[in-house]
Amino acid sequence: MPTPSFDTIIIGAGLNGLACAGRLAQGGAKVLVLEAADQPGGGALTAEFAPGYRVDRLAHLVTHLDGRMLSALKPEAHGLNWAVKSMPTTVLSAEGRHLTLTGAYGASAPGLDPREARRWADLRARLLRHAEVLRPLREITPPLPGKGGAKGNVVALGKAGLALRRLGREEMQEFLRMILINVHDVTEESLTDDRLRGLLAFDATLGAFLGPRSPNSLFLLWHRLSGDAGHIRWPSGGMGALAAAVTRAVEATGAEIRCKARVERLLTDGDRITGVRLEGGEEITVSRVISTINPRTTLLDLLGAREIDTGLVRRVSNIRMRGTTAKLHLALREAPEFLGADLRHRLVIAPSSEAVELAFNAVKYGEFSAEPVMEIMSPSAHEAGFAPEGHHVLSIVAQYVPFVRRGGWDAGARDGLKAAIMARLEAHAPGIGALVTASELLATPDIADRHGLVGGSWHQGDLAVEQMLFMRPAIGIARYATPVPGLWLAGAGSHPGGGISGAAGWNAANEILGAA
Amino acid sequence: MTDQRHHFRQPLQRSPFHPRIEAANVLNAWAPWAGYTTALNFGDVAMEHSAIRSTASVYDVSPMIKYAIEGPDAVAYLDRLTLRRVAGMPVGGVQYTAWCNDAGHVLDDGTLFRFDETRFRLCCQERHLPWLLDSAIGFDVTIRDVTEEVAGLSLQGPTSFAVLKAAGAAELADLKPFRMAEVRLGPVGPVTVSRTGFTADLGYELWVAPERALDLWDHLMISGRLHGIRPVGTEALNIARIEAGFITANADFVCAEHALRPDRARQPDEIGLDWMVDLDKGPFNGRAAIRAARRDRTLKWALVGLDIEGNISAEGSIVYLGGRKEVGQITAAVWSPTTKRNIALAQLLRPWHRDAGDKLRVEIYALRELQYHKLMLPARVVKRPFFNPPRRRATPPAMF
Ligand SMILES: Cc1cc2nc3c(=O)[nH]c(=O)nc-3n(C[C@H](O)[C@H](O)[C@H](O)COP(=O)(O)OP(=O)(O)OC[C@H]3O[C@@H](n4cnc5c(N)ncnc54)[C@H](O)[C@@H]3O)c2cc1C
Repeated sequence: MPTPSFDTIIIGAGLNGLACAGRLAQGGAKVLVLEAADQPGGGALTAEFAPGYRVDRLAHLVTHLDGRMLSALKPEAHGLNWAVKSMPTTVLSAEGRHLTLTGAYGASAPGLDPREARRWADLRARLLRHAEVLRPLREITPPLPGKGGAKGNVVALGKAGLALRRLGREEMQEFLRMILINVHDVTEESLTDDRLRGLLAFDATLGAFLGPRSPNSLFLLWHRLSGDAGHIRWPSGGMGALAAAVTRAVEATGAEIRCKARVERLLTDGDRITGVRLEGGEEITVSRVISTINPRTTLLDLLGAREIDTGLVRRVSNIRMRGTTAKLHLALREAPEFLGADLRHRLVIAPSSEAVELAFNAVKYGEFSAEPVMEIMSPSAHEAGFAPEGHHVLSIVAQYVPFVRRGGWDAGARDGLKAAIMARLEAHAPGIGALVTASELLATPDIADRHGLVGGSWHQGDLAVEQMLFMRPAIGIARYATPVPGLWLAGAGSHPGGGISGAAGWNAANEILGAA
Repeated sequence: MTDQRHHFRQPLQRSPFHPRIEAANVLNAWAPWAGYTTALNFGDVAMEHSAIRSTASVYDVSPMIKYAIEGPDAVAYLDRLTLRRVAGMPVGGVQYTAWCNDAGHVLDDGTLFRFDETRFRLCCQERHLPWLLDSAIGFDVTIRDVTEEVAGLSLQGPTSFAVLKAAGAAELADLKPFRMAEVRLGPVGPVTVSRTGFTADLGYELWVAPERALDLWDHLMISGRLHGIRPVGTEALNIARIEAGFITANADFVCAEHALRPDRARQPDEIGLDWMVDLDKGPFNGRAAIRAARRDRTLKWALVGLDIEGNISAEGSIVYLGGRKEVGQITAAVWSPTTKRNIALAQLLRPWHRDAGDKLRVEIYALRELQYHKLMLPARVVKRPFFNPPRRRATPPAMF
């Protein structure tokens, strides 16, 4: 066994593992990050899927990157450049009546008729104000109900309280009314334009096992807006370049990152963490391990149910992780033509809130949507290096696609899913099918297999009101610590949830430094 | 199999011994126990208790909930589930044990039987299948409720070995307390006999397939005729178990899963089971919480034996310190015919289980010809068991 020159091991070099490593190393810890893949980044990964064609394999847009991490680790000084700092969104229409929103979450939407534009301005402002209440909560360890202000959190809680009070009486009532409401009802009472309503419905349910009519779907929209105030960013070189820059920034803090090092077992002396065992058998002695991979995998597979109490095993077994998202990558021999839409925008096919709800219906019964809704992004429209000259790639996040499909996920099912997505594309970009020279489909279970996202869940545990804050990932382990001394959780499964962010990792590091 | 949908027609099940018990239950004194109808007494509680302490008694324990726990990981599983160390338990051994939830609150107590390297049986008061199954996640073990597959008869009292010898099982002379053996009893066939019981006396528990239950009953009654054998009901047994100082789930403590009020659940240390807790055996349910409670001194209650002045049973009474301050309550009490003392089990607030000296008073409302007389009787904390005769442990047992 090598002599322990590290006092902390972090499992997983996704954004959370990286953020946690950087923060802890800056705080004086000797950190070793162990990453199973051959490069760091986790969900932030750019890869070739056909000779000469590259694409962001999983996450393809940035909406939540943690500001504390950006200012403390300064990845910009290590090569991070933003190709786009505020990407417009265009809601596609099969008749070419597209709607484009620009600025921070549609600060301007010139395609709306003037009355609808006013209604949208009102709703948008309200949503952003409400999201502002939630924003301080992203940056704290979830407080326990009835335990008052835990140390260090009083300030952030106070900020949330202040933001709530600043809303004023009426607005606060409105906030409380809307907390558990669904996004469909909100857009129905506030808006009339189906394109706009479809977009809000899509954004609120992206990555969730929810339809726009599901209770608390509005909450996820707030969650999205509480990140980067509604701006969508995309890094030059793709998500892989973002990961590489953050990696360099983390390495500059002194933390070491080892790839192709899959942790297969957490070691204990029956009491506390003593180390990890890697695939291949190597054991590393360490008294503190922070896992940023799935909480259930961590506790039940790497640690083992035997080491924790049955009540917790129960709760961890019951965390709902139901991915609904697939990815389709297309290599195109020339630029596709979405009836005049700008390929540099985020393109959304979600013709109405009802269409999103209908698409959701299928997944409830173990089927993929016959008419999926989707978000399309083309890296090659922004930069060279993603496709041969004149060619293009599209990265498509499509919903709803079940993890467990009735009848199983055989080749026929995958073909059917691809055909369903292509049919929607064809309807919005006639002739696109004929341009495709290569493609890669990642159905929900493929994403689970390749990226360790249990159930294909975007957030390593559905982000829903009943799995938030002190209930995330489960009661008793929501404050990043686990009952096993020395073992911590800091991935997307923990508060405040997933996305290319690093917030959970940063929060956990703060908690650990406070506890040390 | 009978149609399960008609279960409601017979709300209480009948034990395999029911035909004999029904015939002997001359006062029709029935009470439900774990979904079975069981005898409270057979007409004379004093004589029945006297059989437990002076001759031999049989008590039907078939309603006990029984789980078969089997598989390569059975030992590891039970070590994680229960408070005591199971790894060191010999084959043929029996262990009195308990198990807790994550908060270290006792879910139940029971007896664990080890048949071989990988097969165990757990007997207890309450049903726990969901908890047992969820605790099995990550273990190669199967758990089955076998309550209806095993009939049990408890044979207790000084002449109980003599009865077994007469019944054809002289080899049980070597059986030590908390051990079990398989014997063949004449017309009955194979019977599993454990030297266990709820009386703190010489005694055995006999386990057979339900089809053999009546043969077992008849054979024991015939074999024990000259040894004063008689069936006893729950009332007599309850006197004996209080004398023995044993606790009963949902009488002396509330099973954590039943507790509605947040302050009713108890840690092992709070119900006198601290000696069971093996903090060094590796992880088990509740370990962290028990450790923390001991370290942070957050334990609130203690379970004690009380010796109370007078001869009026103090059942349900409140215990006071110096006559004013409430410091606990009696959970079980009886005037003990064996020890001729007025005894009780009580939950006391710490530190009064230790520091009360002679200041404890028990408030008793004595009903005398339709009028209550309020008494404040002095009580002392005393060691349990109240009654603990050497014959309980003597091996071979004496022939009375
Ligand atoms: C289809 C899809 C599209 C998405 N699109 C977006 C998007 O556009 N924008 C966005 O913000 N979010 C998106 N997400 C969500 C986002 O990808 C995740 O929430 C995010 O990656 C979580 O970050 P993380 O650091 O917690 O975990 P991850 O990024 O998953 O990192 C975990 C790391 O741990 C490694 N690992 C796993 N097991 C082990 C082990 N045993 N030993 C060592 N290492 C191990 C993995 O290889 C991985 O690198 C998308 C998710 C999906 C499923």
